[in-house]
Amino acid sequence: MVTAVAAAVPLGALLAAVAVLLVEALPAIRYDGWHFLTGSAWRPGNYYGNPVRTGGVLHPVGASYGALPLILGTLESSVIAVIVAFPVAVGAAVLVVEKLPRRIAGAVGFCLEVLAGIPSVVFGLWGVLSFGPWLARDVYPALTHLPNVPPLDIFHGPVGAGEGLLTSGLVLAAMIVPIIAATTRDLLRQVPETTKEGADALGMTHAEAFRAVQVRWVRTGVLGALVLGLGRALGETIALALVSGTVLSSATSIYGTMTTVAATIVSLLDSAQTDPTGLAVRALAEAALVLLVITLAVNVGARVLVRRSARGAALPIGAGF
Amino acid sequence: MIARRRRVADRVWWSLCAVGLALVVAPVVWVITGVVQRAVSGWSWSVLTTISTGVGGGLANAIAGTFVLLVGVGLLAGLVGLGCGVYLAEIARPSWRTTVLRSASEVLSGVPSIVLGYVGYEALVVGLHWGFSLLAGLIVLSVLVVPYVAKSTEIALGQVPLGYREGGEALGMTRSHILRTVVLRSAVPGIATGVIIALAISVGETAPLLYTAGWTNSYPTAHLLHAPIGYLTYATYTFYDDPYPAVRALSYDAALLLVLLVVGLIATSRLVVHLSQRYSPERSLGAGRRAPRPLPAGAAAAGAAAEGAGSL
Repeated sequence: MVTAVAAAVPLGALLAAVAVLLVEALPAIRYDGWHFLTGSAWRPGNYYGNPVRTGGVLHPVGASYGALPLILGTLESSVIAVIVAFPVAVGAAVLVVEKLPRRIAGAVGFCLEVLAGIPSVVFGLWGVLSFGPWLARDVYPALTHLPNVPPLDIFHGPVGAGEGLLTSGLVLAAMIVPIIAATTRDLLRQVPETTKEGADALGMTHAEAFRAVQVRWVRTGVLGALVLGLGRALGETIALALVSGTVLSSATSIYGTMTTVAATIVSLLDSAQTDPTGLAVRALAEAALVLLVITLAVNVGARVLVRRSARGAALPIGAGF
Repeated sequence: MIARRRRVADRVWWSLCAVGLALVVAPVVWVITGVVQRAVSGWSWSVLTTISTGVGGGLANAIAGTFVLLVGVGLLAGLVGLGCGVYLAEIARPSWRTTVLRSASEVLSGVPSIVLGYVGYEALVVGLHWGFSLLAGLIVLSVLVVPYVAKSTEIALGQVPLGYREGGEALGMTRSHILRTVVLRSAVPGIATGVIIALAISVGETAPLLYTAGWTNSYPTAHLLHAPIGYLTYATYTFYDDPYPAVRALSYDAALLLVLLVVGLIATSRLVVHLSQRYSPERSLGAGRRAPRPLPAGAAAAGAAAEGAGSL
């Protein structure tokens, strides 16, 4: 009986969170309409003038909430993170499973856990004080010398001081690498020895065998891990509040300062409370709702993928040898 | 000729993998050495014993607050997660209901922590007039990590060998007696690992606490409500660009303490896994060459992911 109540807590918390967000965001949804998803200006309006009523919602004169730059910033930084983290994590996982002795593999596993466990605020501190400035000083200037042809021409332009889109993406990449690497490693370990031996017997090199055998066994699960990492990156808050530059507009170049939905919520909630009509806080609730919908869609997708692959990879072939 | 090309391709493949591994290990080393360097250069032991003043002082209030939060989350999320896991693994018959409950837990672990923090602020701090308070912070943090405790409890219970239960039944024990005395006991390492990971996630959270627990320069009080509480992540997040050098130093010191706490917790969970494997009955009986790991190492990372995973 007690345990049944406990088992209902996650569901209850989830439903309560959605309900609170919906109720809180409703006035903002009515006021902003679709403009919230398409508009680019995030203006709280004049708090000191007399508020006016539009469509039944009391708001400061000139208030306008368009979250497009926040949504774009969230998606762009997360996509950069996944593009960078995915090959790195898979390469590391392959090496750990196929080449490294058990003891070193264990040490790498500990490294992955520590990387996953380092608080995001510490990553943010590292990003804003060490990593970002180093990138802006030593790495980004070199990137601007890449040939001026698409897609490499995105690296041209002023590199800034180290806070911005690319730095955010790279810090996020470091944060999601352990998720992708650990899952890939565990999936690779489930690949039956006999199929690998079959590839060996055909005279394939390791790289060829990997393409022919392992990739087929693990690809769906690894894709799921990738999407799970994407979900983490989309919702990351504190690290990005520190390294994104937190300006309420889209990045003008890949080095440009930007912000994300999560970083905006955490950095604006304090000042939003000074809005006498309360609309600024409700706009943040609407932003939180958008973020929730995005991350839930991504996470559910990832779990469906991982589960499907787990079923496939659980074939007991060779497990008895 | 072809053979040579294939050999080169193989070399290139392994070199790329090695680069990947280097890029995984490098940030760990860099983040930790960076934090240690910054903190050690201005370190003073008084940080551990004096409270923050706004222009300097120490972190004693934040350390105490973090430990109070840890104990609270350990109890609250530990008990709820344990109950949740036990219900799903042992008590409920598999049906659409358990599927819904389990999925809700998984979905919850993917909700960004700032969203939970916002909801906690609106519902508890403002809605219920609790103000910035220990209880508001505790509840939000616990909701955040309950899925991990529940998941690891369920996995640990699922790995208890069927023979144990059969042995209990052969002795005429009731189901609940078997659960309490036999099954739960042998699942303790797995459950403990889950709780430790939940604690490691809680230690590192900032976003859900900023607007629920608040911040104070004084020590935690016995009040659950209407009294804000300090914690280490706040110090790191807020003090790092303070105009006072003494306050900036506190930011680095707090970061070092956070890293030490998290690494300590992860090491503890590994130790629990290690000891439980070494002394597992299956191993001494020689049944099964590989003793079951209470929680796969990847689960810690995936768990962290959820911090959203944020997270570990």
